[in-house]
Amino acid sequence: MEISQITPDEVVFWERGFVHLNATIVYTWVVIAFLVLGSWLITRRLSSGTALSRWQNLLEIVVDFMRKQIREIGQERADQYLPFIGTLFIFIAVSNILMVVPGFIAPTGSLSTTAALAICVFVAVPLYGIAGEGLGNYLKQYVRPTFVMLPFNIIGELSRTLALAVRLFGNVMSGMKIGAILLAVIPLVFPIVMHLLGLLTGLIQAYIFAILAMVYIASATRARRREAAEREPAEREPAKRQNDQEQKEKQEQEQA
Amino acid sequence: MESDVLIGMISIATAGITIAIGSVGPALGEGRALAEALRSIAQQPDEAGMITRTLFVGLAMVESTAIYCFVVSMILIFANPFWNQFVS
Repeated sequence: MEISQITPDEVVFWERGFVHLNATIVYTWVVIAFLVLGSWLITRRLSSGTALSRWQNLLEIVVDFMRKQIREIGQERADQYLPFIGTLFIFIAVSNILMVVPGFIAPTGSLSTTAALAICVFVAVPLYGIAGEGLGNYLKQYVRPTFVMLPFNIIGELSRTLALAVRLFGNVMSGMKIGAILLAVIPLVFPIVMHLLGLLTGLIQAYIFAILAMVYIASATRARRREAAEREPAEREPAKRQNDQEQKEKQEQEQA
Repeated sequence: MESDVLIGMISIATAGITIAIGSVGPALGEGRALAEALRSIAQQPDEAGMITRTLFVGLAMVESTAIYCFVVSMILIFANPFWNQFVS
């Protein structure tokens, strides 16, 4: 990839008519094939005994980690969100990690990929919200706390999708660009150090993308529980505990 | 002065200014956030995991403003729409 090409979309391998087979698509296929083949090979013979193969151990650690993180944010029902959030995390993480392979161009360094992922989140938030608490309650959330906030809530919804896409794109693209620029300035050893730093930021970005998606979904599905807690004083005890938990979360979010 | 020279000059200068100003604010903010997080970890070592997680998410939020500036400056230098219009 040349230094003047800021996205892998511009690296075209094959084209006929209006069909362009660019680097983004090809390397997305590579990542997908890698993930599917790897998971298939590992899960072909799983054991539930005490003797685990090392690869099964790896997968179990990854899945367990994701489930734990989701449960810390979304509280209960982690398995409901695991397929979506986990897919986002694993896809971004693997394509960022594979960046150290020479010749591989991370598909997340293209704005089209990250925009697609962000749009997935944008669609998933109302879907989970409506499935969790019904259409009316979900829509009511937009006019909270007053009706004046309606346009701001809508703008917020759109702008955070844009931010999600541009953040991932900018981080991965800047990692690639810095590597390429340093290769021209200090070709010995130093680009490797920056590549290692790129591995770290790539993983953190994958983590952040998944966590933010989860936070958005959790905030869309939370309104009903708060109302239920207000409406049913008979169940004061669990409701109170929930309120406490929510306040703790709110503090966390404010800190963030 | 030819307009393509003018566009090139202004684009490069603006790219430099963009990334310069755009990195000062997030750098200060991230430094503050990190200092606060370290202080609270020193006070409550038990909560280190949660503080670190929140810190990472927050740092990413703060850093995204710097990333926007970086993307804008990259577009100004490598994919400037006005420049391309004049070259072609």
